[in-house]
Amino acid sequence: MKTHINQKRRSMLLGAASLSLLHRLPAQATPLDAATAMRAISGTTRTQAGRVRLDIPPLVENGNLVVMRVSVQSPMTESDYVKAVHVIAEANPLPNVFSAYLGPRAGRAEMTFRARLATTQRVWALAQMSDGSVWTGYADVLVTLAACTESP
Amino acid sequence: MLRFSLQLVGVAALSVFSVCVQADIPLADRRSGEHFMRAETRAMQNDPTANPATFALLEGEALWQKKIGSADKSCFACHGQAEKNMRGVAARFPTLSQGRLMNLEQRIQACRVEQQRASPWPYEHRELLALATYVGTQSKGLPITPSNVEGMQAHRDAGRALFQQRLGQLNLSCAQCHDARWGAQLSGNPIPQAHPTAYPLYRLEWQAVGSLQRRLRNCMTGVRAEPFAFGEPGLVQLESFLMWRARGMPIETPGLRP
Amino acid sequence: MTEPARTIVNVPAQAKRGEVIEIRAVVQHAMESGYRRTELGELIPRDIVRIFRCTYNNVEVFRAEFHPAMAANPLVSFTTRATESGTLVFEWRGDHGFSAQASASIRVS
Repeated sequence: MKTHINQKRRSMLLGAASLSLLHRLPAQATPLDAATAMRAISGTTRTQAGRVRLDIPPLVENGNLVVMRVSVQSPMTESDYVKAVHVIAEANPLPNVFSAYLGPRAGRAEMTFRARLATTQRVWALAQMSDGSVWTGYADVLVTLAACTESP
Repeated sequence: MLRFSLQLVGVAALSVFSVCVQADIPLADRRSGEHFMRAETRAMQNDPTANPATFALLEGEALWQKKIGSADKSCFACHGQAEKNMRGVAARFPTLSQGRLMNLEQRIQACRVEQQRASPWPYEHRELLALATYVGTQSKGLPITPSNVEGMQAHRDAGRALFQQRLGQLNLSCAQCHDARWGAQLSGNPIPQAHPTAYPLYRLEWQAVGSLQRRLRNCMTGVRAEPFAFGEPGLVQLESFLMWRARGMPIETPGLRP
Repeated sequence: MTEPARTIVNVPAQAKRGEVIEIRAVVQHAMESGYRRTELGELIPRDIVRIFRCTYNNVEVFRAEFHPAMAANPLVSFTTRATESGTLVFEWRGDHGFSAQASASIRVS
């Protein structure tokens, strides 16, 4: 019963969010753009789900500043480490958000940064390992609207 | 047609009579806007290395020492150490100064023009907000203590009248949302009580630091009313009433809000 | 640009050799996305920080690329292993010749 109510609220919020999008953004990246951006990173390597954890609060108050944390399961040794981390947002006007390049000296493959999300969407994190494999994780985020924005 | 306009008159009369019926929030039930934010936003506000308003604070600290204007004077030259001499000052504003009702930004402007002999900043100028943030932060944690100088009460009364007056195409007063419906959801976010405890503050919506007047103008736009101009006396009177309404609550400057 | 951009860096002053330390770096920048408009409806041109780099005794330990979807006043936190006493240098580069630098020293025992 409860899930049903949540579902209803969620679609209402989605409606409100997409209305504001019309005001603010010239174009919206489709998941197709996001897929293209992800393919540009992984190349011919087939991506695998797992080992990457993307933490974003499931509901954020304002899409202008969203704290994102990526952690990747890796021993971070000279022979087995994370080379790069890329973050892709499916419904942003441009899918690429952030890329980081690291190595075994990082000790842990963990990082935090602050991004913008145009609306409610799925965000992906990709990790490129030293052995060439590419792993993925994602988070679904609900972006609410500020009650009174500056320009109506 | 005649019936239609009579109905309209009826509606208008009803709304006139419904003004001023909102009771004040009991003192013990008052909550800062901090209380209505998500835990992550609150944590960011309370961590100076994560709060983006810290940059305004650092800039204000540098400006305090900077000699400017044809008088070639710094704020420090007259006021000395802000940590000592500005402590509690922001908690008393707006107040009457030189016979005029002034908020903190206007008082800083008056100093700049009269003492430093420099040209005034436009409203919401980054440096003006930075200095106000620096001065405001010296009162962090201190209770709001509204000025009781002769003549303040009249300004607060005018501010209260404005707070309770219906405005704009939505025909809503500040009190209808912030006294009567605080805690309810609007666009998925809770309606706060509108206590100006943390200004100037970094608002995520603005992606910048802004003043209480900027926020009040946003609200006016929100109810589809023509907003007051920056610095307009009515707006400062409204600020005076809001600070009185938040009396005793601690200053949180430099604040962070969604 | 009249004065250098403000930065906040957070590095532990001391660490044990081999310890993984957490570092945070923030730079003051509007990260103008290129999608906002003025009140008159004119598009505000894109103006962002593009590259962030951290070196530890002159060796790069972390690098990041920022896109317009990075929030204003971009913050990054990451980890590195404390190997020896010395200096961490932080560098940001962006559009229109934007450049900012900060440094912090660490004592490793």
